Amino acid sequence: MSHLLWWLPRAVLLAAFAFFIFGPLANLVLWSVAEAWFWPNRLPSQYGFRFWERVFRPEGQAMASLWLSIWIACLTTLLCLAVSVPAAWALAKAKLRWRAAILLVFLLPQAFPNLPVSINIARLFFSFDLNGTVLGVVLVHAAHGLVYSIWIATAAFAAIEDELEMAARNIGASPFRAFCSVTLPLAAPGIAASAIFVFLESLDEFTATYFVGAPEVRTLPLLLFSAAAGGNMQIAAITALILLVPSVLFMLVVERFLRAEVLARVGH
Amino acid sequence: MSQILPSLLIAPALSVVGLFFLLPLGFSIAGAFAGRDGPTLVHFDTAYSLYRTDLLFTLVIIGTSTVLIGLGAVAIGGYLTLGRNQTAVRLLGAMYRWPLFIPFIVAAQAMRGFIGQNGLMNTTLITLGLIPPAWAQSFLDWRGIIITFVWKQLPFAALLVAGAMAALDRSGIEAAQNLGAGRLRILVRIVLPQVARTLSVALILSFVTMMSVLSVPLMISGQSPTMLTVAMAWRITALGDYGTANALGFVACLASGLVAWTWLRRSVREKAR
Repeated sequence: MSHLLWWLPRAVLLAAFAFFIFGPLANLVLWSVAEAWFWPNRLPSQYGFRFWERVFRPEGQAMASLWLSIWIACLTTLLCLAVSVPAAWALAKAKLRWRAAILLVFLLPQAFPNLPVSINIARLFFSFDLNGTVLGVVLVHAAHGLVYSIWIATAAFAAIEDELEMAARNIGASPFRAFCSVTLPLAAPGIAASAIFVFLESLDEFTATYFVGAPEVRTLPLLLFSAAAGGNMQIAAITALILLVPSVLFMLVVERFLRAEVLARVGH
Repeated sequence: MSQILPSLLIAPALSVVGLFFLLPLGFSIAGAFAGRDGPTLVHFDTAYSLYRTDLLFTLVIIGTSTVLIGLGAVAIGGYLTLGRNQTAVRLLGAMYRWPLFIPFIVAAQAMRGFIGQNGLMNTTLITLGLIPPAWAQSFLDWRGIIITFVWKQLPFAALLVAGAMAALDRSGIEAAQNLGAGRLRILVRIVLPQVARTLSVALILSFVTMMSVLSVPLMISGQSPTMLTVAMAWRITALGDYGTANALGFVACLASGLVAWTWLRRSVREKAR
């Protein structure tokens, strides 16, 4: 009995916390399978997958948005990695005079409210015909994603001992060869983690796409927004769940990708 | 090594940020002061007369959210570090992180159905008999924005704080425990001072992140007063008024900049000590 009393406050607090965390998610799941849910019914009066079928119909708008979002996220990740891997290597291994300042510059897009920047990019892109194009959206997403790819990849390169690359050089490998066959494979897990960060950042981005991409480029978050604004709770819930899956999966595995010695060096 | 090769390697990445962030940021600041004939403050006049309530509203909402996130992060981190019941610690550790990477717009949509008058929260509480049906009220206003912000940002702050607490040297904690100090006292007097830096980083990053979120206020609460991001978006999409929008943007950047600068100055002073 006393054991039970000991547990009671803890259990109540944990249950309240679980309700706070999972309640909103349960609400999404319920809405996605609710074919009819009207007040005063406390729960949906009719369940079914009719709306799921509508969303996943191949010619449907949601599938088009999903593929477009994935395409944009892939291009953004490629662009970020292409410019980040050389830059991160230089930031980690060369003794640069302005190293701290350069690292800080990449943080700026996350540190300042991006809405005023987005509206001015949209204005700028308008004169270059980049508004409402995939390229335009990718460029803006890349500017925001770079902080992850640069900072994490820099940390990953910094965590590798210089001696390993030196050893390869000593047995006759060219600097480029030593980089490709020794340094790069060792940094690969960290770079992969940074790629996932960039991919998710792009997949989830709303504000900039809203100004630079809409209405031509309709990514999944934009579709979610217009479904929600139009009062279509089921479509909004299903779109939200699709966006939720990669984020939750990544949350569950992130620690396996980012080793502690890399994490400890992020931003240093 | 010479500085030329590294500079060449960094140049492409820097130019992406330069062209697609710094340049438009410059345009935004310039646009806030640009009038038809020369520099002017007229946009700030308009912004102040129309949106001063919204500015206050924004600062109160984000300030409150930041404080709640800080308290929550310390509570979660503290329990994960000092909790004696392994089952409870494991349960909490497995739960708190879920919203970590969930996008704001998904959080907003999930909350919209959850905290409404007939939402799942009120329904559950009434069904369990915890509140009478007459108490059911809608939280889809400023409170809803705060709830959504805390739900979304708390895991991030808690993750950083819990990580810093786990990395602490436990001998200080154990010494205090041996002297008979309570856990709350240990948390406040011994653990908290050592993770203060991490906590402040987490809170500043949360503050500036929340400053630029458009989807949450747009979807949770449309009515006036609203947040600066909604006001900015409205000036552009409905009126094409870049001057006032840029003036509001300048104020938002100033608020974020001030917070970051205060912290930078303090941390430099701490390092100098």
